Amino acid sequence: MRIAIIDTSTTRAAIISEGLKEAGLDDLVVIDGDGPLVAQIEAANPEVVLINLENPSRDMLEEYFVVSRALARPIAMFVDQSNPETTAAAVDAGVSAYIIDGLSKQRIMPVIDLAVRRFNAFARLQAELHEAKSALADRAAIDKAKTILMRRRGIDEPAAYALLRGHAMKSNRRIGEVAEAIITSEQLMGDLP
Amino acid sequence: MTADRIRIGFLPLVDAALPILAREQGFAEAEGLEIELVRDMSWATVRDRLLYGHTDAAHMLAPLAIATALGRGRPAEDMTVPFVLGLNGNAVTFSVPLAAETLTGDGLGDPLAVGAALRSVAEARAKAGKMLRFGVVHRYSSHNYMLRYWLAAVGIRPDVDVEIVTISPPFAADALAAGVVDGLCVGEPWNSVAVDRGVGRIALVTAQIWRRGVEKVLAMRSATAERSPEVVQRLIRALHAAAAAFVAPGTAEASAAILARPGYLDAPEDAVLRAITDRVRLAQGQPPTHIPDFMFQYREAANFPWRSQAAWLYSQMLRWDGTRYSAEEAARAEGVFRPDLYRAALAGSGAVLPGASSKLEGAIGGSLGVGSVQGRLMLGADRFFDGRSFDPDDIPGYLGGLP
Repeated sequence: MRIAIIDTSTTRAAIISEGLKEAGLDDLVVIDGDGPLVAQIEAANPEVVLINLENPSRDMLEEYFVVSRALARPIAMFVDQSNPETTAAAVDAGVSAYIIDGLSKQRIMPVIDLAVRRFNAFARLQAELHEAKSALADRAAIDKAKTILMRRRGIDEPAAYALLRGHAMKSNRRIGEVAEAIITSEQLMGDLP
Repeated sequence: MTADRIRIGFLPLVDAALPILAREQGFAEAEGLEIELVRDMSWATVRDRLLYGHTDAAHMLAPLAIATALGRGRPAEDMTVPFVLGLNGNAVTFSVPLAAETLTGDGLGDPLAVGAALRSVAEARAKAGKMLRFGVVHRYSSHNYMLRYWLAAVGIRPDVDVEIVTISPPFAADALAAGVVDGLCVGEPWNSVAVDRGVGRIALVTAQIWRRGVEKVLAMRSATAERSPEVVQRLIRALHAAAAAFVAPGTAEASAAILARPGYLDAPEDAVLRAITDRVRLAQGQPPTHIPDFMFQYREAANFPWRSQAAWLYSQMLRWDGTRYSAEEAARAEGVFRPDLYRAALAGSGAVLPGASSKLEGAIGGSLGVGSVQGRLMLGADRFFDGRSFDPDDIPGYLGGLP
């Protein structure tokens, strides 16, 4: 069963390919989003097309799937009416699957399940990365704010940190936000007596 | 959808204005509603989010709402359209080379004259094996139907003499620039963006093809509308109030500034402002041309979902999908538009409420007073450019008379 993957994220496309291969589905074509989509799909002649929901090319592809004479059998979005949760899970994960007319549900289900799991894993990864990045940015801001407080107030590092932390708790903000505010005010007013 | 929170999907287009402004200018809040807007880049995704509950309602192409209800391309799902978000507001833009071959003068073209010139170019290009290619925003869009209506009426057979493909609106200017298409029918501000970039020239506006063509609608799953009728009523009132403010004098600048934001249209404020004030720049470097009927967001009860509008769209769906008329299907298509819900929501307000739910489309030449159950309704000229009119009760007869 040949599967084509179209994704605006090349990283995610790689993660999905890897997962499908591990499951023994190794007849894969990753379509290059910057190239001509229709020509690549025609050349690949897939039975299943996986595409991310945010992909701006979806309308164009749906049109092509419906009208193209180049396709032996029409392709339509996979919608499992007997089990609406499957399609809902795919939409929730951010992936839609298009399959050629007549492909059995038993064959497509493992592909969809896997794509959903991989899409969700990718989303978690992104969230963690984002968290790590903002934690890193917070740490840098806190260090800078501590230095400012130590200099302006003549206190030591633990006291400066305690001041930041205490203010954050009182004002119900993250320490990073308080630190950012101190840095901003230092930039604007640091030269004032 | 909860008692006070409603999620609405949209595509970055000028006619997504009413839900955006209802949120930003406090009209939703006045109805005790919080609108959350979900921006997407394809109609397929706007539709899927609506059908699978990521959103409760959507800014949607009117034909797509009907196609979804009829199960075109996917299993059928009952749809409800209680409010029309606007009439027209689209344009036909040619690439600079095609414009040079077909357009004369600086003003807006005449549909018949431009059509005749285009026809000879289309013939020459087809003979040379390089068929003219036009882009529309979706297979099930008023853009597709308006463009095809015009082409067919001037003797250019869509899919035979010219090719018509789908292009996502924000990529329209790129497609013209790259020579992927020779012309486009797309909503604003994307024609204006192409003009300002110097890659296209506006040949016609769709209001010249049908003066009062139905455009985007507020679409919901019928199940959602039935579950919370009271919330739907509040939403209709909020959108109607936003529409009244949108066309009030002196509000355009503020509206354009909101719509242009990165989270909404992410487009140049000036292009947005021109579109919503009916001033359209036809070619790069020209001053904008005032086109009084360019887009309709409020006047003449523009938000009222006429069942005859749905019927016309259904007739075009049959025409271009090549499927056969069925009375049962026609009734289902018309039933998507819900004038009853519109009336129920706005009864007792200052809104004008038409008495009828259906009308002869394209039959008004001048200005006509129409029966209403509330307020005074005057309808302006609503002609199709070829002079035909559409009787919703005789779709087969209408289709038989078309080229």
